[in-house]
Amino acid sequence: MSFAADIDDIAMASEAGPGDYFELLKPRVMSLVVFTALAGMLLAPVHLNPVLAAFSLLLIAIGAGASGALNMWYDADIDLLMTRTAGRPIPTGRIQPKEALAFGLILSIFSVCALALVANVFAALALAFTIFFYVVVYTMWLKRSTPQNIVIGGAAGAFPPMVGYAAATGSVSFSSFVLFAIIFLWTPPHFWALALLKSKEFAKAGIPMMPNVKGEAHTRLEILLYSLVLVPVGVAPWLLGFASLTYGILSIVLGALFLVAAIRVYRIDQGKPAEVAAKQLFAFSILYLTLLFAEFIAEFGFGFAARLF
Amino acid sequence: MANNNDSTPVVPDRALTLTPAQLKSRRARNVALALAIGFLVILFYAVTIIKLGPGVLKGGV
Repeated sequence: MSFAADIDDIAMASEAGPGDYFELLKPRVMSLVVFTALAGMLLAPVHLNPVLAAFSLLLIAIGAGASGALNMWYDADIDLLMTRTAGRPIPTGRIQPKEALAFGLILSIFSVCALALVANVFAALALAFTIFFYVVVYTMWLKRSTPQNIVIGGAAGAFPPMVGYAAATGSVSFSSFVLFAIIFLWTPPHFWALALLKSKEFAKAGIPMMPNVKGEAHTRLEILLYSLVLVPVGVAPWLLGFASLTYGILSIVLGALFLVAAIRVYRIDQGKPAEVAAKQLFAFSILYLTLLFAEFIAEFGFGFAARLF
Repeated sequence: MANNNDSTPVVPDRALTLTPAQLKSRRARNVALALAIGFLVILFYAVTIIKLGPGVLKGGV
């Protein structure tokens, strides 16, 4: 009763605009999800209706955005403590936690149900599982309890290619799993490079990131080890024969550069140069994943366009 | 804040008086919701036609 009245008052008196709600969806994460889910979708050896494919992609993005809103609802207390996140809609008071919760839940349910109608039930269940994994397993459980938080939680960010493939075919394949593996293995070096730079912030918020729990030296070693596993897996789509030689060459060159950046982070561990090395790895990791998936999309996009006509 | 002006109905004490900024943002939210609903109409229409085919418009049993 009072909950309903509260929501009413909040909703009426709010000064939040549509842009504030859009920010709850984590637009940058959402665009990465569109990108990787599209790659998974194009990988599917089936005829896709372009309109249904576009709608499916949009619904997957909305589902990912909804999980972002639920994450911001649950993490508002720690977001307030870190400069990187203190400007988000809930810590700044532009949106009330209850509004974000309602927004996230409604969009989650909507995106899953609509994907079941537009694509298929299997893809919808995969999307629901992705949202569950990010919100409950990562945000509520792992993030505040273990330095392995982003390793296991990274699975949530890695699912979209498989969801995209599932939307196109109603099943998953080994090739879509390889795309999953690339993002999954990419997440720890990417995030720990950030954690090295922001370890004080994470410590202030009480989040057990790797540098705070096991020390910086151990983090640098783990970054290198994950990079060593990531790079061959990045080349795998070509080795396994479902991506072209162009992809193979690109993934080898980018992989070599990734390793150089990771080795620099491992070896340069003092002062300003160490910070620069971590910053470079963080920035390059984003470029690495973007270029690999862009090549993938370009390559398979041509095949898709050819199948249309 | 009961309003005694004859031309407007008396509002209960707990009613909120919205500031211009609140009214403006509420309007913006409503426009966004209208667009979202419009998009949904297009989505379900397009998906119906694609999945069931144009025959769905012929009606009958």
